[in-house]
Amino acid sequence: MKYNVIDGLKYTKQHEYARQEGNVAVVGLTDYAQDKLGEIVFVELPDVGAAVEAGKSAAVIESVKAVADLYAPVDGTVTEVNETLLDQPEVINQDPYGEGWVFKVEIKDESQLGELMDKPAYEDFIIKEEEEE
Amino acid sequence: MRKAKALLFEMGRSGRRGYSLPDNDVPEKSLDQLLPQKMQRNEPLGMPELSEVEVIRHYTELSTRNFGVDTGFYPLGSCTMKYNPKVNEEVAALPGFAQLHPCQPEETAQGALELYYNMEQCLKELTGMERFTMQPSAGAHGELTGLMVIQAYHRHRGDHHRNKVLVPVTAHGTNPATVTMAGYEVVQVPADERGNVDLEALKEAVDETTSALMLTNPSTLGLFEEEILDMARVVHEAGGLLYYDGANMNAIMGYTRPGDMGFDVVHLNIHKTLSTPHGGGGPGSGPVGVKERLTPYLPVPLVEKKGDQFYFNYDLPESIGKVQSFYGNFGVVVKAYNYLRMMGAEGLKQVSTDAVINSNYLASLLQKHYYIPYDRIRKHEFVVSPKTQAKKGAGAGDIAKALLDRGFHPPTVYFPLIVDEALMTEPNETESKETLDAYARAMEEIARIIDENAEEIASGPHNTVVGRLDEVRAARNPILRWQKE
Amino acid sequence: MGGKHYLPLTDEDRREMLSAIGVDTIEDLFSDIPREVRLQRELDLPPSLSETEAVKHLSSLAAKNKNLNDNISFMGAGVYDHFIPSVIKHITGRSEFYTSYTPYQAEISQGILQAIFEYQTLICQLTGMDVANASMYDGGTAVAEGAIMGCGATRRSRALVSRSVSPFYRAVLSNYFNSRGLELEEIPLKDGHTDFASLEKMVDESVASVILQTPNFFGLVEEMDGVADVVHKHKAVLVVSADPLSLPLLQSPGDYGADIVVGEGQSLGVPPSFGGPLLGIMAARSRFVRQLPGRIAGETVDSEGNRGYVLTLQTREQHIRREKASSNICSNEALVALAAAVYMASMGPQGMREVSEQCLQKAAYAREKLTALDGFESVFPGYNFKEFAVKVPGSPEDLNSKLLKKNIYGGVDITPFYPELENTMLFAVTEKRTREEIDTLVRELEGWK
Repeated sequence: MKYNVIDGLKYTKQHEYARQEGNVAVVGLTDYAQDKLGEIVFVELPDVGAAVEAGKSAAVIESVKAVADLYAPVDGTVTEVNETLLDQPEVINQDPYGEGWVFKVEIKDESQLGELMDKPAYEDFIIKEEEEE
Repeated sequence: MRKAKALLFEMGRSGRRGYSLPDNDVPEKSLDQLLPQKMQRNEPLGMPELSEVEVIRHYTELSTRNFGVDTGFYPLGSCTMKYNPKVNEEVAALPGFAQLHPCQPEETAQGALELYYNMEQCLKELTGMERFTMQPSAGAHGELTGLMVIQAYHRHRGDHHRNKVLVPVTAHGTNPATVTMAGYEVVQVPADERGNVDLEALKEAVDETTSALMLTNPSTLGLFEEEILDMARVVHEAGGLLYYDGANMNAIMGYTRPGDMGFDVVHLNIHKTLSTPHGGGGPGSGPVGVKERLTPYLPVPLVEKKGDQFYFNYDLPESIGKVQSFYGNFGVVVKAYNYLRMMGAEGLKQVSTDAVINSNYLASLLQKHYYIPYDRIRKHEFVVSPKTQAKKGAGAGDIAKALLDRGFHPPTVYFPLIVDEALMTEPNETESKETLDAYARAMEEIARIIDENAEEIASGPHNTVVGRLDEVRAARNPILRWQKE
Repeated sequence: MGGKHYLPLTDEDRREMLSAIGVDTIEDLFSDIPREVRLQRELDLPPSLSETEAVKHLSSLAAKNKNLNDNISFMGAGVYDHFIPSVIKHITGRSEFYTSYTPYQAEISQGILQAIFEYQTLICQLTGMDVANASMYDGGTAVAEGAIMGCGATRRSRALVSRSVSPFYRAVLSNYFNSRGLELEEIPLKDGHTDFASLEKMVDESVASVILQTPNFFGLVEEMDGVADVVHKHKAVLVVSADPLSLPLLQSPGDYGADIVVGEGQSLGVPPSFGGPLLGIMAARSRFVRQLPGRIAGETVDSEGNRGYVLTLQTREQHIRREKASSNICSNEALVALAAAVYMASMGPQGMREVSEQCLQKAAYAREKLTALDGFESVFPGYNFKEFAVKVPGSPEDLNSKLLKKNIYGGVDITPFYPELENTMLFAVTEKRTREEIDTLVRELEGWK
């Protein structure tokens, strides 16, 4: 597969990932999403303490000619945001699953993570989406 | 040799001047007497000091680094970059037009009012509308004015729950943005496989919250909405109104009129259809016309005639108010009026005829080398989709740069969004067959090079005064003004 | 037919092209337009004119107007009779500029892009702001968009506007606000200035923008000391409308704490044109850059490392962000912004300063002379820039008709906008007016009732 998909993460249909660390989920853009968006030039982060809702926009990612909403994968409260992205948004392109994480959210309902895709399911999902293009 | 051009701020010398003013001849008072010190500026202006020659040479050089319709073919889709007749510029600059103050007494501006009046009569006939306002300064401004009028109409009838405006996926970006400006919500309507608005989806989308449908016809795909009457009926039966975005009016003059298609409100981009220049981005002018039931809501003032006198009518109690400080971009209207009077009915119809011939002809040439979706008769523009070329490594954006190298302005790229790798191409009636043939040959050559070595195209442009500019860098670290080191 | 010379296709071209398309007749190309909506007749427009006839017709309409070149004007109220250097029309008349579109293809639009970048810089220098856009339609729409920017930045939906802001601008502002469902309240006047005590009382945590104008509609320089503090205390945004030609002389808005500066740029070398095209100025502190409406040129480098310019931060704009864009503006007033830039480049810091000082001196002289006449009273105390309000002993309309007979445009009657001010006129005196012209005005009004 051309795109990096990591085992152990959960994926949404809008191409966000969530990595569970205790009762917190680390949220970011998948490798596939960053590739489609192209060079990222600006990120609008949520406020720490803000309540986010699964499937609702929580952050905004911009390339030169496109704007994408980053949807929260689960309900919860934002505990931390990646402020590095304010000055170096390109980190998302370079290391989407590592240094390029976007925000952390305290998980309200763990079962919501269970509803998301795992690695094989997400890979199938990407392949289908690629075919449709 | 490519070389950056010095900025104004990097030129000149202290003490040099580029102006002459008469001496002040009234008895002078001390500055502090007329203006307390704390109200006075206390930092330098930081502007360059240049001679007149330096100013002229600077801007002359800048002009040589710019491409206009007068430089070459400019098939920018939905922008109608037709030739701008020179005589328009000349009449608009007459002191009797350019040197009028908006507050001068009406009896001293009868010629200006008469021109507005005549223009309104012409635009009414051209579009099939009851009244026009010339106040909006551009197309998007016209859209906003039109939606405000529609909103006032609904509100006046006590219809306060109509908070949604339907916009097809093929619409110009200004349409959804305007909807938000007017405090409405956007409901997007999909297209069917023929490129028309999906009538079934439209039926689903309309309800008692529908304020209006905004539509460009022909659409940005250059396709005429064949089911326009059914669409109008669906929207009207739900109590909504129809808004016509006139950006593509160049395709249909003398053949059909928005008013006859069932539209209640229309804006025209007279800087497109009626030949006034785009000025590097503006000024434009976006007159708005309405059917009779909407006339009470038009902006104040309207121009009226009483006997042989013309006057501004402010007595419109239901009017939305004003959208511009005065009466609109009068100077632009003068140019468009001159064009309209020169073309006449027969001429305008010939304009649309030739625009449509040119578009279909160019599409037929390009079809041999590029994929053009929606294989049917087009109006004034069409969309090329170089999907196969993109897969080889040079997409719409790269082809655009390759066209720059060959002396052409490229089509509108990556729009409309429903076509992959879109090159929205509008050739206009003012281009000759030879020009279209030359453009087609250039496009053929580009396709051939992409087949052989896509990188050559992807690394362009090669012949322009600057190489491909780094937009990512500009957006990541915005430098939006010059600053002293 | 008049316009045939703009249409190069010959009948033979058309025949060949139809055959290449694969249709028989022109009619076939319009067969997709349903018969029911086809116009079954020719358009009923006046007969077409040749170029000679058109020029004659337009010239005859122009001749029915009395224009500022043939009259002495004291009219202002937002549009002024200032000196326009001849170089401007020669530069804006270069067709590489005026026949180009918005510079989306940067590599062949470096001319207009660099000119806009320079314009943005000049506006920033004048206003003391960090960023400026490539222009808005006019002063009125710039005020409205500036106020809306404040709403976007603060996520609040209420604004306060001083009654000393031009009634023309307020009319546009209130229309924009009304349509969008935003709330607008007026700050009352005190002696022709914004009533600071009322402003202090009215501003609270619900207010997004406070909109002031200085010099205000009456030509008075507003006292801006402390205003920003009051506005910022409630985390609201201070929007100031300023005549750019007053700024070489007046404290810069950046200096007294404005957040957004808007205004009408017609003073900068643009003919009045019966009120349009004008030039909307829009500048702000850098923290508002993502709320700025309209186009912005930015510096970058090309593939070889040379400096160049592009339109940047386009994700704010309608063609990308669609319904979430900061504004719907697309076409702007680029060519007018170019004119303003050429004006500033030609005048330089010295010339700009000289013009504004002459306005100040000449307006003061005219004010003193006029208000010394019997029955003519200065309406407000304070410091005027180039305009002042005068109460006249009779109807402004009659006064203006009398002056018109002597080829003088008198002041603007402002009583319709401020019913509490009876028979009040606003006189503007620019650097173009001479002592003799001012004395003529005064002489004509001597003993008038």
